[in-house]
Amino acid sequence: MQRTVLLAITLAVATAVGSAIAAPVDYKTPDEVAAFKPGANLEVVQGNCAACHSSDYIATQPPMKDKKAFWQAEVTKMIKVYGAPIDDADVGKIVDYLAATY
Amino acid sequence: MFDRRDLLKGAGLSAIAAALNSTKALALDTVTLPFANGERPLVKYPQKRPMIGLTSRPPQLETPFAIFNGGPITPNNAFFVRYHLADLPYNLDPDKFTLEVKGKVDKPLKLSLKDIRRMKATEIVAVNQCSGNSRGLVEPRVAGGQLGNGAMGNARWRGVPLKAVLDMAGVQAGAKQVVFAGMDGPVSDKTPDFAKALDLAHATDGEVMLAYGMNGDDLPFLNGFPLRLVVPGYYGTYWVKHLNEITVVDSVYDGFWMKSAYRIPDTPDNSVAPGTAPKATIPINRFTIRSFITSVTDGAKLKAGRTTLRGIAFDGGKGIKDVSVSTDGGKTWAPAKLGKDLGNYSFREWKLPVKLAAGQVELRVRATSNSGETQPETPRWNPAGYLRNVVETVRVSVA
Repeated sequence: MQRTVLLAITLAVATAVGSAIAAPVDYKTPDEVAAFKPGANLEVVQGNCAACHSSDYIATQPPMKDKKAFWQAEVTKMIKVYGAPIDDADVGKIVDYLAATY
Repeated sequence: MFDRRDLLKGAGLSAIAAALNSTKALALDTVTLPFANGERPLVKYPQKRPMIGLTSRPPQLETPFAIFNGGPITPNNAFFVRYHLADLPYNLDPDKFTLEVKGKVDKPLKLSLKDIRRMKATEIVAVNQCSGNSRGLVEPRVAGGQLGNGAMGNARWRGVPLKAVLDMAGVQAGAKQVVFAGMDGPVSDKTPDFAKALDLAHATDGEVMLAYGMNGDDLPFLNGFPLRLVVPGYYGTYWVKHLNEITVVDSVYDGFWMKSAYRIPDTPDNSVAPGTAPKATIPINRFTIRSFITSVTDGAKLKAGRTTLRGIAFDGGKGIKDVSVSTDGGKTWAPAKLGKDLGNYSFREWKLPVKLAAGQVELRVRATSNSGETQPETPRWNPAGYLRNVVETVRVSVA
């Protein structure tokens, strides 16, 4: 009986202390394995898109009828809304790659 | 933050990944969600059981739907994960964590986790659902995270009322909104940092909570450790994770994530004709009412005769009054027996014994709330694919 109470108190203290003293999280995500599909201008796409997000953001988008308009709108959104520093000369290359590959 | 050098570094990493061509090396298996281009890897993250992987950087994980048949509470290790921006505080030190309360307050505060845990705790069972939950099922399809129905979960949250913290700080006259920001942020300083706002009356309703506990444990890292906002009945976009900054403002906050993103049409049912753009929009807010069959999956083969159907229902906070089930494609409906009431913001379990005749059978489920809100027969549509709550149909073969 006494041991049970002691154990309970120990557990309670451990819980209280445990929640107060903790190490830095150091959370490790699995290695990123998704990759852009091969295609013309792949390196332009990698250089401009991969800094902010993994390639599965692109690969999981729905199949649209007008692929070019869809991807043009997405690339424009990345530049205008999210501030992606994409050179004007690269925009067409990226849209063409996306429309042809995804 | 990045510059051209970092961009090149990013390109180098991608090139290596491409060279290794190891797209599925770490995937445990794949699942196929019920829409075009719905194949997803099952992925394993620390503190999580195998989850449906939507994206890896930032991480976005969907709950396998079978989990929802296991009870009204979603386990922490199965709870969905959604981030917008890829700079996560992976190395945060809970002992050094501080929550700052500032702006239009008499006494700005800096609270440690210990300070917050010393305050009087409160608990609430509440559903968190991603605004984009079920977006993959929207027709015509729309851009964005292509999720099945698993970007939702129900947990017992423990923490302190936001009102208690705001009272400590002393909100000044003229305050209009409260703005919330977390430790996660953008990779580029050109990308708008994630922040959300609630009207002061909502923020001080006593239900909105700063939560450190989830189902009796600390929050998992990917669900916002060590502190997140809980906004019962509201879409997950407001449930700011890794919450470390609360600012009281005397205006309507006009940051990108309130003013431009997460908007729904300002029409009576918040929908527009499919494929069209709304004339005016408002910030997304409360959940629409939904219900699901969890005991039977679409395409299942069942034996003719008696069986018991089970599932869940929830709404934006009025509570579930009725769940009705149809085993004939919606011609006739029978009321289900509701499970234990865990509060108006919780999943409500339901079950119903039915008798199934041989053939192709369409099972349907429809919930009604205490305010009379119910689910539409045909899906509503909006350009971002939010608010989906059409009556769900599960098609089974009975023999």
